[in-house]
Amino acid sequence: MAMLSFEKKYRVRGGTLLGGDLFDFWVGPFYVGFFGITTFFFSFIGTALIFYGAATGPTWNPWQISIAPPDLSYGLALAPLQEGGLWQIITFCAIGAFGSWALREVEICRKLGIGLHVPFAFSVAIFAYVTLVVFRPLLLGAWGHGFPYGILSHLDWVSNTGYQYLHFHYNPAHMLAVTFFFTTTLALALHGALILSSTNPPKGEVVKTPEHENTFFRDTIGYSIGTLGVHRLGLFLALSAGFWSAVCIVISGPFWTRGWPEWWGWWLNLPIWR
Amino acid sequence: MKAFRSLAIAAVALTTLLAGCERPPVDMVQRGFRGTGMAQVYNPRTVDAQLALHQAPEAIPPAAPGGPAGSTIYQNVQVLGDLSVAEFTRTMVAMTAWVAPNEGCAYCHAGANFASDEKYAKVVARRMLQMTKHLNTDWKDHVAETGVTCYTCHRGQPVPAKIWFKDPGPKTAAGPAGTRAGQNAPADSVALSSLPFDPFTPFLKEESSIRVAGTTALPEGNRQSIKQTEWTYGLMMHFSDSLGVNCTYCHNSRAFSDWNQSPPQRATAWYGIRMVRDLNNAYLEPLGPTYPKERLGMTGDAPKANCSTCHQGAYKPLYGAAMAKDYPALHGAAPAKVAEKK
Repeated sequence: MAMLSFEKKYRVRGGTLLGGDLFDFWVGPFYVGFFGITTFFFSFIGTALIFYGAATGPTWNPWQISIAPPDLSYGLALAPLQEGGLWQIITFCAIGAFGSWALREVEICRKLGIGLHVPFAFSVAIFAYVTLVVFRPLLLGAWGHGFPYGILSHLDWVSNTGYQYLHFHYNPAHMLAVTFFFTTTLALALHGALILSSTNPPKGEVVKTPEHENTFFRDTIGYSIGTLGVHRLGLFLALSAGFWSAVCIVISGPFWTRGWPEWWGWWLNLPIWR
Repeated sequence: MKAFRSLAIAAVALTTLLAGCERPPVDMVQRGFRGTGMAQVYNPRTVDAQLALHQAPEAIPPAAPGGPAGSTIYQNVQVLGDLSVAEFTRTMVAMTAWVAPNEGCAYCHAGANFASDEKYAKVVARRMLQMTKHLNTDWKDHVAETGVTCYTCHRGQPVPAKIWFKDPGPKTAAGPAGTRAGQNAPADSVALSSLPFDPFTPFLKEESSIRVAGTTALPEGNRQSIKQTEWTYGLMMHFSDSLGVNCTYCHNSRAFSDWNQSPPQRATAWYGIRMVRDLNNAYLEPLGPTYPKERLGMTGDAPKANCSTCHQGAYKPLYGAAMAKDYPALHGAAPAKVAEKK
């Protein structure tokens, strides 16, 4: 793969967290590093085990393949391979792969001398996943509380787990998460539209500057967050969505066992209108 | 300093969030294939606190066999006439303990004349005995061999704790502005959700259709509206709340309507709906004229039963204790001829 003329400038030595110079090289466009090796190792093993699980399972229909966690009766112990053990190893591999990928991002950031915003953002996604398959199962006392690995089966799990609390829309953290997800898409749509509008002026006119962009929003809503600020906002909104998703599921079960509508009893019982 | 402040804010926020919550450890009961999320969630501390409510009282020692029939000794015995005197007396003692332990015989019987139907409570009690016999004989699809006794609902109180009346609802504006279809006011009847607050009248008295889900993958003529669905959802909230279970006790939520994917408890509940309808229409509502005014609801209707009347928060009333088997009076067909009293 040919390297662009300026790319070489950024391929600097060092910045590694582990392994020193040993893995400090590129394969084609990809930086490898120690964590590139572990990413590859964990994702290969994990994926191979999913295929193994599919091969011993009842279907090759990609929609229906499912690697289910163990029965609750196994608690926090290891389960036999075909009774959830596979899920446990795959979960271990997934966390290894995701974590390695984040650390590889850290090494690249260090090489470039830039902030760690990207690995931090990715870590919030990992945090949400680990909350689902590790923190919540630990709090509930069984690995069987993790979700199954399958395209449709994990959706069925989400549905039933939501209905364990009768009406999940009353879960306060779920409300926040959903609001942040929608606001993220709104912000991205507004931002994307604004940039495209100023870079696509009518024929014969010059491309507009950020001053035009700011003015549009000042005229519309009296305030423009600015060129840098909109990206801070975007990061905040998106990470909040992931963070509150993790919160909404970890409180369901460990910190609340009844229907979520009932949780609002404290609100109904406030002394001002009780 | 700045870090300390943000930490403090985070701590306050977390405390606020968890203030209305419970704490681990909790109990989960798996009720489906692993990884399907079919599980019941219990707080063991709450379960412990409610344990006393769901304990069945000890059975009264059996009566000596033989002896003359009660109807040959006592007068105006219309339902329990074929019992021996000993068993008849034993049944009366049990009923007193189950229904009116503090008030005693005088709750139903007027003075020294035990044959008198002067007190309304006695007329109601007679009808309740017939209802109990009917339940234990004709509704085994729901009550199985466990059956019910007076205690299943009464729990030592003359008026069962969990009964319902037709709810006229909160006062609203006139016209379309006030037409809320019973929604947007959190109600106990639907586990504090803002779903329609009276799902009992349409489903447990009248025979409105509960099933709203389409039976085909794509919409093909299912005309059920979201509003209708919310009535059904309200009824289901009542089911869950009454039995202390969640939706997955009877449904696999990937296909609510599919019997093949549903736990068998759903069939028991299906019979339960029909059973409660039968009781409300054949036994409870017709007692309206018998009751004094203070026993009636806001719209003048008689007290009626729903799931929580018996279940009171347990998946099986009294956790499935088989009380009824010790009381022959509560089984068998009720005598066909019973004097009517208006």
